[in-house]
Amino acid sequence: MNHVEKAVDSLRGALGPAFVGVDVFRGQTTVELAAGGLQQAVRHLRDDPGLDFGFLAALTAADRWPAEPRFAVLYQVYSLAHNVFLGLRVRLDGASAEVDSLESIFPAANWHEREVFDLFGITFRGHSDLRRILMPYDWVGHPLRKDQPQGYEEVQFTFNFDEIDRRKPYARE
Amino acid sequence: MGLTQMDITVDELKHLVSDRALQGETMLLNMGPQHPSTHGVLRLLLELDGEVVVNCIPDIGYLHTGIEKNMESKTYTQAIVMTDRMDYLNTMGNVLVYVLAIEKLVDLDVPPRAQSVRVILTELQRIASHLVWLGTHALDLAAMSVFLYCFRERELILDVLEMCSGQRMMTSYFRPGGLWRDVPPEFEPAVRSILELMPGRIDQYEDLLTKNPLWIDRTRRIGVISGPEALRAGMTGPSLRGSGVSWDLRKAQPYSGYEQYEFDVPVGSNGDVYDRYLCRMEEMRQSLRIVEQALRNLPSGPVLSGNRKFVPPPRSELGESMEALIHHFKLWTEGFSAPAASVFVPVESPRGELACYLEGDGGPKPYRVHFRTPSFGNLQALPQLARGHLVADLVGIIGSLDIVLGDVDR
Repeated sequence: MNHVEKAVDSLRGALGPAFVGVDVFRGQTTVELAAGGLQQAVRHLRDDPGLDFGFLAALTAADRWPAEPRFAVLYQVYSLAHNVFLGLRVRLDGASAEVDSLESIFPAANWHEREVFDLFGITFRGHSDLRRILMPYDWVGHPLRKDQPQGYEEVQFTFNFDEIDRRKPYARE
Repeated sequence: MGLTQMDITVDELKHLVSDRALQGETMLLNMGPQHPSTHGVLRLLLELDGEVVVNCIPDIGYLHTGIEKNMESKTYTQAIVMTDRMDYLNTMGNVLVYVLAIEKLVDLDVPPRAQSVRVILTELQRIASHLVWLGTHALDLAAMSVFLYCFRERELILDVLEMCSGQRMMTSYFRPGGLWRDVPPEFEPAVRSILELMPGRIDQYEDLLTKNPLWIDRTRRIGVISGPEALRAGMTGPSLRGSGVSWDLRKAQPYSGYEQYEFDVPVGSNGDVYDRYLCRMEEMRQSLRIVEQALRNLPSGPVLSGNRKFVPPPRSELGESMEALIHHFKLWTEGFSAPAASVFVPVESPRGELACYLEGDGGPKPYRVHFRTPSFGNLQALPQLARGHLVADLVGIIGSLDIVLGDVDR
């Protein structure tokens, strides 16, 4: 049994019903978790001396709109000692896009979670500084959501030029 | 979604600075975004007690161009050109991680010659990137001549990239399944002359800096971080190895045939600016070793996979084969489709762990692309490195992290 299988088995035992499933694609293993079990799972992976996943290699999200549960928050943890990556996935409903922050376990999660918050509008509970990071602070919306159009701008004609101009969000004197 | 403005109040930002700043005991100073020593458009809000940095709050996003969003509306092949524009000092590496992700997602083979050329070009690019880092880093710490020498040698490498791809910087040379086209005949002599020239030139840079008391004063015991702390903060690459953690994805999880080459992974011990400098200097020599081995054993043969479902047929076949015509038409109008699944592919960029998360939905366009960029992770550790140092040293610390803001903001 290789290290990833061992970690998956150990997670299955430790989490109980919060362990939703596991899929393997092209040799890469991703464990799907219930949102409530995330912190426990990551802490288990990091602190169990037999597992030793001490590095958060990536944190991002994907949007499946209009399907529900809409969001998937994706994590990749890495074990330096065993040289393996393990993926974790948490699915979230659009109506309650909230998951626990991993900042207390991996400080490196801080900016990555801010990025996901900024671009997807997913809230991380317990985050110390959840602000926009890439988009301007006064931006409205979350650009990587699938229902956010790419570069939408209202077309101005002669008859409605002023009306649209008034509500266009740009700097005025 | 209305077009109304969202307001942010000062109260929401007060938690970023200490109580002393609110009472006026320490000074808040804005550094950047237009500041030559921030290596791009990085804004730092500094909290200063005299000349000592109490805290530093990075403000990024000035170079955010929505590359991940834009890639979702292009076919897999069209989206290649966007990857160059992230980390503009490591264009070959960016394209490499993206095409590796595509190849993994659709299970596409890459001929050995293409793999070797990829290794040669990404290693040359690594040297070019380190040369820009060395030049600007030394310039920040007032060593002007190093900058000129570094850019002189970098130009030789960019000439090689240009003769292969037609472009000095935005190369887009790698394609799913191999290369855009084979390297020209003058490629080998040009790389050989770089291999002969560079070791002496790297010695010259080291003569100027490594034992220079001024350089040592400005870099030793500055910006110190221990290995475990650096890992916790999310640092990777030479910035992490300077703290003594020997983790290089070329060794740990070889891709593109890196397992065939002999090279060492230099590590530091003190985790300061000086050790990070030494690591990168040695990395340039190791990259030369890899290029030399790859060039010596460069296989002959095709540079593109023969899998016509993903790789367009050569022009000559179009007049003779109906199937080739159909494949050509399908690939250039619709593009190829990838399964509804996701892959995560990490590679070692000059700055650290560069990873591509690629998700397909069964169609010809990537459903979601995410780049975990090394500069983003390394920059996050800056406040930790900068606290307690002088403002003048902050410039050296930023330089030692080797950030590229295009890589941070995407």
